[in-house]
This record gives sequence, structure tokens and C-alpha cells, in this order.
Amino acid sequence: MATVQISEAEKVYIVHGVRDDLRVDGRGCEDYRHMEIETDVVSNTDGSARVKLGYSDILVGIKAEIGRPRPMVPDEGFLEFFVDCSANATPEFEGRGGEDLGTEISNTLYKVFNNPHSVDLRALCISPKEHCWILYVDVLLLQCDGNLYDAISVAVKAALFNTRIPRVQISEDDEGTKEIELSDDPYDCMRLSVENVPCIVTLCKVGQRHIVDATLQEKACSKACLLLSVTSRGTVTCVRKIGGGSLDPESIFEMTETGKRVGKALQSPLMELLQKEESLGKKRQKVGFLG
Amino acid sequence: NMAGLELLSDQGYRLDGRKPSELRKVQARMGVFAQGDGSAYIEQGNTKALAVVYGPHEVRGSRGKALHDRAVINCQFSMATFSTAERKRRPHGDRKSSEVSQHLKQTFEAAILTQLYPRSQIDIYVKILQSDGGNYSASVNAATLAVIDAGIPLRDYVCACSAGFVEDTPLADLCHAEEAGGGTVLSLALLPQGGQIALLQMDARLHQDHLDTLMEAAMTACRSLSTVLDRVVREHLQEVTTLTAE
Repeated sequence: MATVQISEAEKVYIVHGVRDDLRVDGRGCEDYRHMEIETDVVSNTDGSARVKLGYSDILVGIKAEIGRPRPMVPDEGFLEFFVDCSANATPEFEGRGGEDLGTEISNTLYKVFNNPHSVDLRALCISPKEHCWILYVDVLLLQCDGNLYDAISVAVKAALFNTRIPRVQISEDDEGTKEIELSDDPYDCMRLSVENVPCIVTLCKVGQRHIVDATLQEKACSKACLLLSVTSRGTVTCVRKIGGGSLDPESIFEMTETGKRVGKALQSPLMELLQKEESLGKKRQKVGFLG
Repeated sequence: NMAGLELLSDQGYRLDGRKPSELRKVQARMGVFAQGDGSAYIEQGNTKALAVVYGPHEVRGSRGKALHDRAVINCQFSMATFSTAERKRRPHGDRKSSEVSQHLKQTFEAAILTQLYPRSQIDIYVKILQSDGGNYSASVNAATLAVIDAGIPLRDYVCACSAGFVEDTPLADLCHAEEAGGGTVLSLALLPQGGQIALLQMDARLHQDHLDTLMEAAMTACRSLSTVLDRVVREHLQEVTTLTAE
């Protein structure tokens, strides 16, 4: 389900609940739903993660490929995003039905992640003007239950944390032709720092207040949402108003303040969890879809 | 053979150490998702597939599609862009996946009791998350479980398996390296109780004398798979009934 339709009475019930800081599922306005994260779930990738937020279910796979740097930034690699809104999530996405949503989300992901402030793109450069790593970040929507942006951003961050890029060496022969050699040791890998990688916090205006992590029902009561990407230090790196309605400057200011606070609070448990999961190493029982 | 790999060693073992008739490890779970009417996940070795079923519901889109005496089966097969060793550019819509979608549709038209739901539609969506050969078979097996999870009556479990033929020996349940090895590959979907074949496909030449042995190998593999699927269904029901009883 990508959207739901609800009756006027239900809307009133939800809006009144939000006014009293008690939402339909018992949460307060700034609370997230239960989130589950697992990394290293697809072995054909260089990094992967699966995130469940409510019933929203996201799988992200990252593949690193060698390509040419962009002429404007010859000493940086880059990220490519693709969002697959699969028919598994909802029959509406069958055929080309999910393409619009997919493009909208991937465009936002480019803005949030594909810049040197979020990801160390220089580390992806192999030899300036000639070779760099391109990270293909493929997002797969398996189930939609609201707040896709936040869940996807967490999944992307977790997958970037999990990504291991093989080390390469450039050798030059007598005639000056360069050759790239991949390391023979599969464990000889480079990792990306995810310290500055932001997470997205989407705030939805419901009645006079705004809420975090809206369900589909709550989203249906909201006129407009504000999407913020926040780093672990509380810096806002991207702001975007989404939805059909309009917001007054004052609520945008208030929502930004809440977003900063919530985003900062989201980051440290996420990093803790990722580090803890990694420290288990091979002992970790992989759950995947069988659990 | 073309890949230059020895698909069957002198001692009679395959690339991944299996015996010719041995299947890869199968693990499966039903009811993985809450939103669809039925869902299932299967792992056959390193091939991982996810199936979701919606319906039976009203026919979507043009009314002209509706059939007056049975349900329309609508299938979409797709592969995650990161599922293969080489990244795929599109998850579905290419010739290969459209072909598998068609095959899935045929298979399930033969297996589902479609006449019980006239003028309606059943959607079966299958996604390959990780691909290591036998994509069609894994899709059929996952979809069977998902259809059962949705409570849609089937004539029987539909089980599918691939089989190959190397050095006069039939190999069951091929992995990617064996499929790409250039030999004969046969895909077969079976309704095991009556021994009915729901789909049969073979893409390379094979001496007619060998066809029987190859089909027999695939059918034996399908029968073994059906016992595994049956166990998964029974365990799932056990789990669900104890949960609801509490």
C-alpha cells in the first residue's frame, strides 16, 4: 500500500489524538515506531542492509564498480541511486506503476547522500580523471507502511557502513599505460566513513502540530510534510517540503528544530547498533527473511 | 564443455560437492509480510526468492480481461538489480523476465482451482533477491507457498526443479555455474500427487534416448521438494494455530 483512504471521522480521531500528544498506536508526537536493522543480507553485493519500520520493509544493496570520474570533479567518485518500487509492495506498482515514486525518491537520495559533505567521495577516487569507484546504491521497497524516506535513509546508511570496497593498485608499464590490479585477498578492503552520513527525518503537519514517523493513516490527515536530512552533530544538510499543501514559515522553523533534535537522537543508537552487530562478526546468527 | 570447468569430477561429484541427484539446501518461510494476502520466502542454496500473492479480487484495469468462468492469473517476475554478480539495469520488463512471468502464469493456471473464482483476478509477484541458478524453479516453489498462505485452493503443490545432463549423467537442481556451463538445461514443474507436468522446457539439444532419464531425474527432484514444502506448510500451520489458541 502506498496510500490509504480514510473517513472524516477517522481523520478527526487522529487529529485530536495528535493534539493531545497521544497517537493511535500509543506513540507521542516525536516517537518512532519499532525499527529492525540487519546488515550483510545479500551476498552478491559489496554491502547490504534491511530495515523494517512498522510494516515498511526496505532492502538496500550496494555494488561497487570501476568507472570514469565526472569531468567537473575529476578527483572524486560518486554514488548512483536506483529505487525499485516493486509490485511485491503493492499491485499499484506493477509494470511501470512504481516509476514515478521511484524517481522522486532517488532524486532526493542524490541530493542527500551524493555530496562530499555526506560521504567521503575523494576516498572513492582511484586515479584522478581516469578511474574511480561508482557505488550503485539500489533500494528495493518490499512493503510500504508510511515514512519511506526515513527508513530508506537508515537502510542506506547501514548499507554504506557495511560496504567493503576491494583495494586496488595501479601499476604502470614502460610505455606508460596504467593497469588496475585488484587485491587477491578478499579481506583486503577499504571502508567508508559514515560519520557524516545524514539520516532523513520526515515531519508531517497534522492539525496544529507536527509528528515524526507518520503511518499511512496519519499521512492521509496531513496537508504537507517537511523532509530534513540531519547528521550526527545535528547539522541540517537538506530541507525539502513535500506534499500538496502549504506551510507557514513559523511552522517550518518549528519543524526544523524538532527535526534536528529527533535526527540527532536517531543517529547515536543507530551507530551503536551497527557497531555492535559488526563486533559479533561471524558468530552472528543471520536472520534475513527466515526469522 | 564451454566454460572449461569440470562439471562432474571423475569421482562423481559436482562443482559444489554435491552428488548428481542431490538438491541444494532448501529453507522456506510462509507469511513473511503482513500486507499482502499471502507471502513466502525461499532459499534454495544461494538463490533467494520472495513471493507475494494478492487476491482473489476484482479485475483491475480493463474489464475486458475478466473471464466469465474462471479467475485471471496475473504474474510478474522480477529480479533485484543487485541480485546477480553483474548489476542489472532494470528489475523487470526485459525479455528474460517477461518470459519467466509467462511461464509462471501457465504453471499456476494449471495448478490453481481458477474456476472457483469467476470474473476475478489473482496476482502473483515474485522477486529474486539473490540469483544463483534455478530462478524459475525457486519462483514457482516460493509462489506455491504464497498461494497456500493466501488460502487459495490448489490442485496440488506445484514444485519445480531444473535438471542438466553432463557426461551421460543427469544432474538435479543446477547452480549458476552449471547452468552457464553450456549443457542441456531442463526446467520442469510438477503436480506430484498425480504426476502431472505443469510446465516443461528444454533449451538445448539432447538425444531422444536421454530425455526420459533427464525428465525422471527432474521429477524425482520435484517430488523431494514437495515433501520439503509440505513440511514447511505443516510447521507454519502448527505455529499459527498455537499462536491463535493462546
